[in-house]
Amino acid sequence: MSLFDHSIKQLEKMLHKKEISAEDLVNASYDRINAVDHEVKAFLTLDEEHARSQAKQLDAAPDEEARLMGIPAGIKDNIVTKGLRTTCGSQFLNNFDDPLYNATAIEKLNAEKTVTVGKLNMDEFAMGSSTENSSYTPTRNPWNTDYVPGGSSGGSAASVAAGEVLYSLGSDTGGSIRQPASFCGVVGMKPTYGRVSRFGLVAFASSLDQIGPITRSVEDNARILEIISGHDKMDSTSANVDVPAYTEELTGDVKGMKIAVPKEYLAEGVAPEVKEAVMNALKQYEELGAEWEEVSLPHSKYAVAAYYLLASSEASANLARFDGVRYGVRSDQADNMMDMFTYSRSEGFGDEVKRRIMLGTFALSSGYYDAYYKKAQKVRTLIKNDFDNILKDYDVVIGPTAPTPAFKIGENIDDPLTMYANDILTIPVNLAGVPGISVPCGFSEKGLPIGLQIIGKPFDENTVYRAAHAYEQATEHHTKRPQLGGAKS
Amino acid sequence: MNFETIIGLEVHVELKTNSKIFSPSPNAFGDEPNANVNPIDLAYPGVLPVLNEEAVNYAMKAALALNCDIATDTKFDRKNYFYPDNPKAYQISQFDQPIGENGWIEIDVNGEKKRIGITRLHMEEDAGKLTHQDNGYSLVDFNRQGTPLIEIVSEPDISSPEEAYAYLEKLKNIIQYTGVSDCKMEEGSLRCDANLSIRPIGQEEFGVKTELKNLNSFSFVQKGLEFEEKRQEKELLSGGEILSETRRFDEKTKETILMRVKEGSDDYRYFPEPDLVPLYIDEEWKERIRQQIPELPDARKQRYINELQLPEYDAGVLTSSKEMSDFFEEAVNNGADIKQASNWLMGDVLAYMNKHYKELNELALTPEALASMIKLIEDGTISSKIAKKVFAELVENGGDPEKIVKEKGLVQITDESQLTEIITQVLDENEQSIIDYKNGKDKAIKHLVGQVMKATKGQANPPMVNKILLAEIEKR
Amino acid sequence: MADISKEEVKHVAGLARLAITEEEADMFTDHLSSIIEYAEQLNELDTEHVEPTTHVLDLKNVLREDEPKEWISKDEALKNAPDKQDGYFRVPSILE
Repeated sequence: MSLFDHSIKQLEKMLHKKEISAEDLVNASYDRINAVDHEVKAFLTLDEEHARSQAKQLDAAPDEEARLMGIPAGIKDNIVTKGLRTTCGSQFLNNFDDPLYNATAIEKLNAEKTVTVGKLNMDEFAMGSSTENSSYTPTRNPWNTDYVPGGSSGGSAASVAAGEVLYSLGSDTGGSIRQPASFCGVVGMKPTYGRVSRFGLVAFASSLDQIGPITRSVEDNARILEIISGHDKMDSTSANVDVPAYTEELTGDVKGMKIAVPKEYLAEGVAPEVKEAVMNALKQYEELGAEWEEVSLPHSKYAVAAYYLLASSEASANLARFDGVRYGVRSDQADNMMDMFTYSRSEGFGDEVKRRIMLGTFALSSGYYDAYYKKAQKVRTLIKNDFDNILKDYDVVIGPTAPTPAFKIGENIDDPLTMYANDILTIPVNLAGVPGISVPCGFSEKGLPIGLQIIGKPFDENTVYRAAHAYEQATEHHTKRPQLGGAKS
Repeated sequence: MNFETIIGLEVHVELKTNSKIFSPSPNAFGDEPNANVNPIDLAYPGVLPVLNEEAVNYAMKAALALNCDIATDTKFDRKNYFYPDNPKAYQISQFDQPIGENGWIEIDVNGEKKRIGITRLHMEEDAGKLTHQDNGYSLVDFNRQGTPLIEIVSEPDISSPEEAYAYLEKLKNIIQYTGVSDCKMEEGSLRCDANLSIRPIGQEEFGVKTELKNLNSFSFVQKGLEFEEKRQEKELLSGGEILSETRRFDEKTKETILMRVKEGSDDYRYFPEPDLVPLYIDEEWKERIRQQIPELPDARKQRYINELQLPEYDAGVLTSSKEMSDFFEEAVNNGADIKQASNWLMGDVLAYMNKHYKELNELALTPEALASMIKLIEDGTISSKIAKKVFAELVENGGDPEKIVKEKGLVQITDESQLTEIITQVLDENEQSIIDYKNGKDKAIKHLVGQVMKATKGQANPPMVNKILLAEIEKR
Repeated sequence: MADISKEEVKHVAGLARLAITEEEADMFTDHLSSIIEYAEQLNELDTEHVEPTTHVLDLKNVLREDEPKEWISKDEALKNAPDKQDGYFRVPSILE
């Protein structure tokens, strides 16, 4: 059997009716990984022995209540898993074999009896938009392995697109779930800031980071978010807000829904084929009875600059704990304290991480704090106000997820600013803290997926899912499959 | 040229909450290394801090007791620096919105009262402990990491090492009264950094200050500052200049030694802690904490003077530590005469403590025992001379004074016929003294009393001895 | 706002405990300068009366009860340590 053929809901039904077993699912996952991962390179660490024995146990003692029994999952390697190596794509954590605890999101998934098959590749410490900054290996786009899968959750998006797992978790600080979902033709949700506990997510930029699901369908996505959402006492920034049953909102009905389309999201820099795909999607919404209007988010153009200052500043402090004292790889050249810090960090971190740590250190240093860090925080307020104003009058904001489809491996690697521009349409969403999803909305001439971004009000993932689902069900894009070595289409 | 001295003190006090400030690890002193740590204390990737409410309450209590204004809006910031005992490489502290500001305490030096301002009181987390070995390695224990701390910064109002000492004593005393910390310098629950500068009298501008480290007792703070004051004066008078430097106090030589010259100011890159949300402290919360503050030393001293009619000096000594004052009150509550209890504490108890370098709680003596001993003196069961013996026993081994008196046969002899018998015998043996007395030598009576006391091992009731002795001499 | 000089880049690397070669210093100076130049556009905005945003959610007073909890053992605490001795984490001493 192929994991491609069913939704999580269907698989759970089949499981509980004993038509399939958890072992079947886990076997299918590893079979697929064995068949294609040498091409895709989505996984950094597999937990095969443990996963297989877990599946056997589940089959021996099934849990009728569990909502993800035996469902194979991949976890981005910056979400900590007890007893399972967690590297964040960094050489510094190459030997971090047991983080000693599970992230809250992992605990919640485990409670529903999911099976984690392995940890997924990513740009080192989630800094990047192509997964080329992984210190292990670049992940490939399953639709064309010369192309990047996007990033930083490249492994998470590619593994789902390649049919290696039913779903994966990613993290999104400036677009790191939505942009790779867009590049890989899958569904990726960045929830409202505070919706999913950050406890156990290795911090990049604490005020922006969120964990979210990547899936093949909107329905699967809603199901996973339902499970991982909710208030957590271990995360002071997690919101004490009720979690609705997202899957029950997937009615297909968007009649009368008011859609805002920011003109800045279809401006110069957005590839014509991307623009066209989005315009087609808007037509589809019209046919479904929704209305759309052009609006303006006037401060969008400042988002990238504000983001890089803020995210790098927070990162400069968040990554300071990697000092070679308590875990991670200590440089063997260190024969005094200062060298231990400096050599361990210099050997353990890649260039992009160093660049951002230095940028952040600079932005926070005495004499520059007000001009850079504080200024960027004020601009963040303006960007947030833009969204607040628009979302007063509209149900969702729609635009492309990324200005272009996936680019070739190596194409942008030497030019940080061009690379950063990839996130121009996703970053404002993180700065405003609102939820945003990417759903497939077509393919480029070269056959690479294009993503549609749907942005909602804070804690209104419901409406975002409803809009995404209605569009998905009205179109065929999500049914297409990438061709990989020996893969069935 | 005459100089004036300006001293600033930064005092760190550990709060004795049950758990740490940002993690649920036990907050305990003296356990095995790295026994009281969890992934949060070890700054494992992905962990997050959550603020302990009691730590905020304790900090507020201390701030209110030190007459600080409590901030309505306050928050935490990250202070960035690398050191092996600082696991996140940032300390969660408070930068521009400390929980307390504009406080003061009153000190008393040589009978003169002076108010010393407190610039700010802020909350932060303690670091782990680094122990240097001589084999090229240092060892890190993170048990202390995350212990709630308050840092209290004084205004530049302290103008002598003696005042610095008085300030520290008073600060410690007040905080101990609030019950939020033990303030034990030897256990590190109170730590002090001092800085000192001098300037020619009349000069407006402050002189360059030096910072003193390794001040492990209040008297070392005073001695270090005294040395530093003289050193700077000598330096300036000989045409030298004072450099901004950190100096270490050497406990053996009582000198300060250069550790490092400061180049520029440290760049800690403070920024608001994104993992913690702001605190909003409304009037109700402030009031709730204010209600919990017990009577503080100055108020207690005043009460002793006004209500207990104790002399100001006595009231001052008794309230100079919460332990002493609580001991005193408990003794009185157990029925001890106020003046007697005060005299015993200020006299024999303090003398014993000083002689043996012991704290009050290290003595076997309890307030109940002291009270019952005083009652035995008052009802004439024992003489004050015998009481000294009972006290010696109580302070070393504890116990019930009544039992001690009985077991050791120390009960005062008040039986008139028994005393008369003994006195008759003494008179028989000291005929010359009787003659002397009768010839007007009053001193002779003292000799006779002494002999009676000797014969009774001090257990005779002195007024009765006097009375019977005179009567018996009259008869002869 | 100004460009970042190579000296500043080296200073910042030092603050962040990163060792960089001369070549790397040149590269990072280039990159950081262009990023900072790009960030200059923020100055087009008048933000004098704008409050900075540290948290997008308006949360206050998130507090924990003062209850100690056991979590990991002493051995687990040291499990991932690159170097340890007698129950302590071990590090090279400060250069004297």
